[in-house]
Amino acid sequence: MRYLYYPGCSAATTGKAYEKSLLAIFRALSLSMDELEDWNCCGATSYMAIDETKAFALAARNLALAEEQGRSSGSGHEIVAPCSACFLVLTKTNQYLRDYPEVRSRIVQALDAAGLTYHGTVTVRHPLDVIVNDIGLERIEKRVTRRLKGMKVACYYGCQMVRPFKTFDHAFYPTSMDRLVKALGADPVDWPLKTRCCGGTLTGTIPEAGLRLNRLLIKDAVKRKADMILTCCPLCQFNLECYQDQIAREYQEKIHCPILYFTQLIGMAFGLGDDELGMSLLFQPPTRFLGKQKGEAAHV
Amino acid sequence: MSKSNGNRPARIGFYVCHCGHNISGTVDVAAVARYAQALPHVVVSREYKYMCSDPGQERIAQDIREHALNRIVVASCSPLLHEHTFRTAVEKGGLNPFFFQMVNIRENVSWVNESPEEATEKAMDLARAAVHRVAFHKALEPKRVPILPDVLVVGGGIAGIHAALTLANAGRKVVLVEREPTIGGHMAMFDKTFPTLDCAACILTPKMSQVKNHPNITLWTYSEVSKVEGYVGNYTITVRRKPRYISEKLCVGCMECIEACIYKEGKFPDEFNAGLSRRKPIYIPFPQATPQVVVIDPQTCIEFKTGKCKKSCLEKCDRDAIDFSQKEVVEEIRVGTVILATGYKTFDAGRLPHYGYGKYDNVYTSLEVERLVNASGPTGGELILRDGRRPKTVGIIHCVGSRDRNTNRWCSRTCCMYSLKLAHLLKEHTDAEVYNFYIDIRAAGKSYEEFYDKLLEENVHFIRGRVAEVTDWTARPSEEGKLVIRVEDTMIGVVRRIPVDMVVLAVGMEPQFDAQEVRRLFNISCSTEGFFLERHPKLAPVDTFTDGVFIAGACQGPKDIPDSVAQAGAAASQALVLIDSGSIELEPNTAYLVEEDCSGCKSCLTICPYHAISHDEARKKASINEALCKGCGTCTATCPSGAIRQNLFEDEEIYSEIRGLLTPMPAEAQGGESC
Amino acid sequence: MLNHGAGVSRPSREWQPRIVAFFCNWCTYTAADLAGVSRLKHASNIRIIRVMCSGRVDPQFVLEAFARGADGVLMGGCHPGDCHYMEGNYKALRRVRLLRRMLRDLGIEEDRFRLEWISASEGEKVRAVVNDMTARVRSLGPLKLPEKFRDWDREIGELEEKVGKMEEKEHVG
Repeated sequence: MRYLYYPGCSAATTGKAYEKSLLAIFRALSLSMDELEDWNCCGATSYMAIDETKAFALAARNLALAEEQGRSSGSGHEIVAPCSACFLVLTKTNQYLRDYPEVRSRIVQALDAAGLTYHGTVTVRHPLDVIVNDIGLERIEKRVTRRLKGMKVACYYGCQMVRPFKTFDHAFYPTSMDRLVKALGADPVDWPLKTRCCGGTLTGTIPEAGLRLNRLLIKDAVKRKADMILTCCPLCQFNLECYQDQIAREYQEKIHCPILYFTQLIGMAFGLGDDELGMSLLFQPPTRFLGKQKGEAAHV
Repeated sequence: MSKSNGNRPARIGFYVCHCGHNISGTVDVAAVARYAQALPHVVVSREYKYMCSDPGQERIAQDIREHALNRIVVASCSPLLHEHTFRTAVEKGGLNPFFFQMVNIRENVSWVNESPEEATEKAMDLARAAVHRVAFHKALEPKRVPILPDVLVVGGGIAGIHAALTLANAGRKVVLVEREPTIGGHMAMFDKTFPTLDCAACILTPKMSQVKNHPNITLWTYSEVSKVEGYVGNYTITVRRKPRYISEKLCVGCMECIEACIYKEGKFPDEFNAGLSRRKPIYIPFPQATPQVVVIDPQTCIEFKTGKCKKSCLEKCDRDAIDFSQKEVVEEIRVGTVILATGYKTFDAGRLPHYGYGKYDNVYTSLEVERLVNASGPTGGELILRDGRRPKTVGIIHCVGSRDRNTNRWCSRTCCMYSLKLAHLLKEHTDAEVYNFYIDIRAAGKSYEEFYDKLLEENVHFIRGRVAEVTDWTARPSEEGKLVIRVEDTMIGVVRRIPVDMVVLAVGMEPQFDAQEVRRLFNISCSTEGFFLERHPKLAPVDTFTDGVFIAGACQGPKDIPDSVAQAGAAASQALVLIDSGSIELEPNTAYLVEEDCSGCKSCLTICPYHAISHDEARKKASINEALCKGCGTCTATCPSGAIRQNLFEDEEIYSEIRGLLTPMPAEAQGGESC
Repeated sequence: MLNHGAGVSRPSREWQPRIVAFFCNWCTYTAADLAGVSRLKHASNIRIIRVMCSGRVDPQFVLEAFARGADGVLMGGCHPGDCHYMEGNYKALRRVRLLRRMLRDLGIEEDRFRLEWISASEGEKVRAVVNDMTARVRSLGPLKLPEKFRDWDREIGELEEKVGKMEEKEHVG
């Protein structure tokens, strides 16, 4: 199986740990991912909110490049976008180009100006979808060398991956990550907040609103005895992880919960090294489990 | 084109209908009439506001007499609607009714085409084709087949029961086939009925025992129809009667065998109580089950699983009714008509995981609550939740699996009213605070709105908004240990959190899980949602496209009890109409053989699914049994020598229609135009 | 209105494809009625001929339609397994397979002939199929088979003449 890979801006910056661990587990599974050459901003948040056409044009450029690269290099027509925001914008653009002729005609013009064409053949995939549905949990389970027994995990899907476009899981009660966690030997906790807002960009613009949403999530996960929250989006991960000190100060309460990428947890179960998985890049590392992991990993 | 009535040349009368504005709003009917007038052999061409009206029909009859017409073409609506009407008019005029051809310029033209020019041109083309075709029509005699007086009713819910009783009271023999071990259907599971609040069992069980005791009804429970052959008036039905391992003749329903079962307590989910209680492998679905006969479930019975049970049930039965060696029995019956009343299934609440059904103990479906509040239910009518508590607050969520693009788009029609009923019953049983979360309250029925008013006076809360989720996530201490219903109250524009002890999901109504198989079995159609399709949504609501097969109750679409009963009565009387007329007229569209053209090649033999064609060895020719022929015409299209022909769809009729459609007629060529 | 109007003139417009449709009474014709009752507007280029079953459609009907100037032919029947006459639609399908080859040999493009299974409840599908087929046939342009037949007849005639002359010569020689 070959995929094209669209990192997006986060993977290159705040979400480096996500990219590192994602590439590491893909290597471990002998899956090929070819980075899209000359990719640009996906068109998310600020663009999409202010000028949809520009956002569509940016996303469509990536899709057009992907279509061409996929054809010429034989990397196929599926592009993996690990960031939920990228995933959403690329998916939305694909659908709007297909369903709305007026959007299509404007974007075709824009692409034309850049000497590009897009025929709508690219499929946008989230790595969680690829892992659960293409590779399959059976294969994942076989590859596990460290069953994460006793680890309680709150699986957090956030909003953008499942809504409004229901692509590979339920829009309000997704379960793919929970099933994945089970396959790794850990216990997913039943967590009704798994698709609620992480605070998004509100943490930057209206911090009191953003932090309140953020705090609700962490508090309830801890209340349900989760050892960590698992995320599938760099923004969610950043929001949940980086404001814990601030929340503790403002609400005058103790709050602590490691926030990992689901790819890091897969890597742990695969027995990959902490460095390979970007564990050192975490502000709230799951120390308790890392120690164990390291000790056991030595025997592999 | 010189073919005609006898040897006389064709004299055609052409009529185009305005259908009010339905046709004339798009099609220039005057132009069509003028156009038809110029076509060869057309003697009379008229337009009229409503051709199907009495004056319209009378006009045709009169013209036939006055102008010696021998062929009639009417351009109006679909032949499926009014072909019969106009054939009758033609007959009144003294012509054979089959010297008639209908042109569909409403459903096929004015209702689907917007441009008046294009629509008018299309209407002219179709008119020309019909004028071409009708010249080739032959005089035909409609085939009459006798109607066997016996009726099959499939499904023993309230609709099936009512239909069977109506027919039986009219003196007809009825076989009622029910899949479950007892009749009663969903209604038997209900506690009270809205809006009168009479007890469902009290009004249903007398009808159930009437069915059992009626001399004209043969009741086969635990049975399913497996094969249907024949045609209207003359169906042969195969019914598989599953073994219940108890002799229906001998068992008196004393239930001592159940008492004696080696399982001291029930262990397996009790279907009748919606899984809320447990039954033994040997059981009777509920006290008033009809027939009052015990059944053994071989899936759970130790004797069937291991062969090593001490069979204390057997010892206990002093009538020797228990028979472990009972086998399935296949019965064959002959009936003239069939009424399908196969009911519905409730929406699977698990499909909406954010409502927590199957995850949180205290989330119930409405059907479960019917059992929970019922005196003969799993808790004896005490409202005790799965966790042993009694609810102080209850939330009823409407439209679960209804009016929702993600699940079912239709309104299930009954949920508003049964939710109101359950709200009343829950309040009565527990004095709890009851919240209804609704989109709209649809109380369109006799005394329904008044019932809603009554509930408002009972201080039941109504919150207008589709519930987002049911969650155990608590935001404040008062919510601890409760289920929280999150909803946007659209009346005040605020997102609310309502903590409750119990959630009731008002699940919608869906087609039966095997509706598609049943549809195929009886050769009828389903609408897009999967409910059985009626012949006409307004004018033939219990007929189907298959003559002699009628539908009643929720198998046709969501329906409450009064509507199901009304429809069951209608279906029964439609069946009686057929039976009492003794015979039915069939389209004379059967195949026939022109023997001198038959080469005896046998290509047709395997083509006919009804085995209507055989090979006459002596004459080395095919032989068609017209009684068996259903008139599909497949053999006609197959016969390489053109020896098999089909009445009403003769080759020359269809060829002339094709040519008429595509060839501009001389009149047009003279007009200086060609298409 | 009696005996009225001799000179009939028809509106002349740009070329419009003409599509002849054979619809079975129980499924596709009923679906077309449903499209009408539901006011599902669609291209006006289709002319429906009702038959009881798609199994009644003799391949020669299709050929006749093309030969008489149809630009496209559409056949509609019940979905597999749903035929009102049990299996007429399978018989239709069988014939269509062979018919397609023949049409190909005659140089009639694939998009000009179509077989669709449309059930009584699929009014929406009638609209979609008619619109799609009209668009495809429109882009193919007129088939003009009757004109082609004339051309072919002329060619054959010329050929026969030539052959006749050659034979004559041989005789003389």
